[in-house]
Amino acid sequence: MTSTDGAVDVRAAEPPSGRPSSGWPLLASELTVLFRRRRTWAMMLALAAVPVLMAIAVRASSAVPPGRGPAFLDRITQNGLFVGVTAMLVCVPLFLPLTVGVVAGDTIAGEAGLGTLRYLLVAPAGRVRLLLVKYAGAAAFCIVAPLVVALAGAGIGAALFPVGPVTLLSGDVITPEEAVVRLVLVAAYLTVSLLGLSAVGLFLSTLTDVPVGAMAATIVASVVSQVLGELPQLEWLHPWLFSHYWFGFADLLRQPIAWDSFGNNALLQAGYIAVFGALAYGRFVTKDILS
Amino acid sequence: MTAAGRGGELAIETHGLSKRFGHQLAVDGVDLSVPKGSVFGFLGPNGSGKTTTIRMLLGLAGATDGSVSVLGLEMPDRFREVLPRVGALVEGPAFYPFLSGAANLRRLDAADPHAEASTRRARVDAALERVGLTHAAGKKVRAYSLGMKQRLGIANALLSPRELLVLDEPTNGLDPQGTREVRSLVRSLAADGATVFVSSHLLAEVEQICTHAAVMSAGRLVAQGTLPELRDAGKARIRLVTPDAGLAEDVFARLGMTPVGGRSNGALVYSASVGEAGVQAGPGQKAGPGGRTDGAAPAGGEVEPEAIVAALVAAGVRVRGFAVEQGSLEDRFVALTGEGFDIAQ
Ligand SMILES: Nc1ncnc2c1ncn2[C@@H]1O[C@H](COP(=O)(O)OP(=O)(O)OP(=O)(O)O)[C@@H](O)[C@H]1O
Ligand SMILES: [Mg+2]
Repeated sequence: MTSTDGAVDVRAAEPPSGRPSSGWPLLASELTVLFRRRRTWAMMLALAAVPVLMAIAVRASSAVPPGRGPAFLDRITQNGLFVGVTAMLVCVPLFLPLTVGVVAGDTIAGEAGLGTLRYLLVAPAGRVRLLLVKYAGAAAFCIVAPLVVALAGAGIGAALFPVGPVTLLSGDVITPEEAVVRLVLVAAYLTVSLLGLSAVGLFLSTLTDVPVGAMAATIVASVVSQVLGELPQLEWLHPWLFSHYWFGFADLLRQPIAWDSFGNNALLQAGYIAVFGALAYGRFVTKDILS
Repeated sequence: MTAAGRGGELAIETHGLSKRFGHQLAVDGVDLSVPKGSVFGFLGPNGSGKTTTIRMLLGLAGATDGSVSVLGLEMPDRFREVLPRVGALVEGPAFYPFLSGAANLRRLDAADPHAEASTRRARVDAALERVGLTHAAGKKVRAYSLGMKQRLGIANALLSPRELLVLDEPTNGLDPQGTREVRSLVRSLAADGATVFVSSHLLAEVEQICTHAAVMSAGRLVAQGTLPELRDAGKARIRLVTPDAGLAEDVFARLGMTPVGGRSNGALVYSASVGEAGVQAGPGQKAGPGGRTDGAAPAGGEVEPEAIVAALVAAGVRVRGFAVEQGSLEDRFVALTGEGFDIAQ
């Protein structure tokens, strides 16, 4: 560093150029951090383990009597592709909400807990931009998590069981290639299902500097929603619960595809995103960052 | 008559800045004036509100009352324009422990919409080199020592060319080499025309690198000005070596000077407000603990050293040694913030 005459030499500081970049570099960085993180990998491995264990268990036992265990379980032996669907069905109530709760609950609270939130905001990430990027990161995980289950299931199913034309719930038969498309459609359905929960998690995450608290609260929210959905006394409430359509993906396994539940689910989740996104915004833009 | 007196622009300016936590006023009506190009020491005992003030300057926390302008723009409203020009270290470094040092810096740089993506790697490497972390760049931050994290925090503040650096206790946890490096870093940044705002309670450090300083005590700004102004507002000391101690004491009493520690090594040590630079009272001083600031000075006046000697000689005191000792910043600091060790509530 050359010592210039001090005082007025401000060549070091050009004012910020007129056109700041969009949020893409930050989003790219967010996704890199999220998916390079060992915790994320551990969760994805745990999710992948569900179909693998299931397939091995079915393979090891001689025969599954029809009607026992999760739906479709008895069909696995006839067609390996059913492992993917069955595993997703098994993961819907707990495993998927659990992992999504961890990711969504960690969004803001995790940064606050590490203290990096203040440095991101001073950078300046911008509070709204950071919130959007964080939600996008959680949404990306919602895309990946069901896909991991579906593809791990299809993979292990293909390895352990025969693969052939698939008989749908409507009785129609489709090719294995078409069946994989349906599998991905079901995964997409679950992605949409989890977006509302992610918005709830994002909001809860703005309330605290303790990430574990926000994660636990998000997971509890998913359990409570499902429990309320089981109580016949609260029938009037059921259509408003974010878990209401979680098991509605069977419609995607008919010929022709019935899109009703997909549409209703998407609408409900969009409502949750709007409400809890607004709450998260209201909380976060005025929050004192003291961590 | 604040530090802005030089007529330059202000890099940081606050008016009546206050922050309330529950019942406690952590920051209470602070009027900071940090001139552009200065190295400004922000002093104060633990819990006096330095970090809280810095959080408000950077828009991290909202002010309960008062206004903040940084680089001439209102904060937090104009953060988009202000913050890319500001590098900051707030309340110690904070990083993702599972990422390497370089990856951490790249992530934080990506958060700045004005940071050029194409030069990111180069700028990160340059910042790491500047704080001596090149060899630890690939190491996970989890494995960094306290001082290494502190250095990485400073590197983060230097990722882009900055007009203002806000460094909250930058030498905390650094080894002597690191401390020296930070000092020379601050000097080189200042030489490049940047304004550096450093909070610290290491007075020696502030005396070495700062051109200006402000002192916080229990949430209030109790003094502010250039370093010479601050020192001079403290008491200067007269050290006199003479065999006629009794006579000399009479003379000092007549001049309104008070004894400090009596006789030491056969010399009389007296304190007085001595002329030349003159006493500077910043606007914050009204808040100071009453009467302390100029307790030893004769009311409203200064005594010229030569007048003291003349008076002594006229009274027949044999002057064998006479010295004017400048008040140290530490004396001044303790006078302003009190001797007590307990945290003020
Ligand atoms: N999140 C908070 N909630 C309540 N009070 C707080 C909070 N943060 C700080 N305070 C209070 O505000 C006052 C000023 O704290 P601050 O951190 O600004 O002190 P500081 O001057 O930076 O001290 P140090 O030299 O120890 O870093 C303290 O009395 C502290 O207890
Ligand atoms: Mg502090």
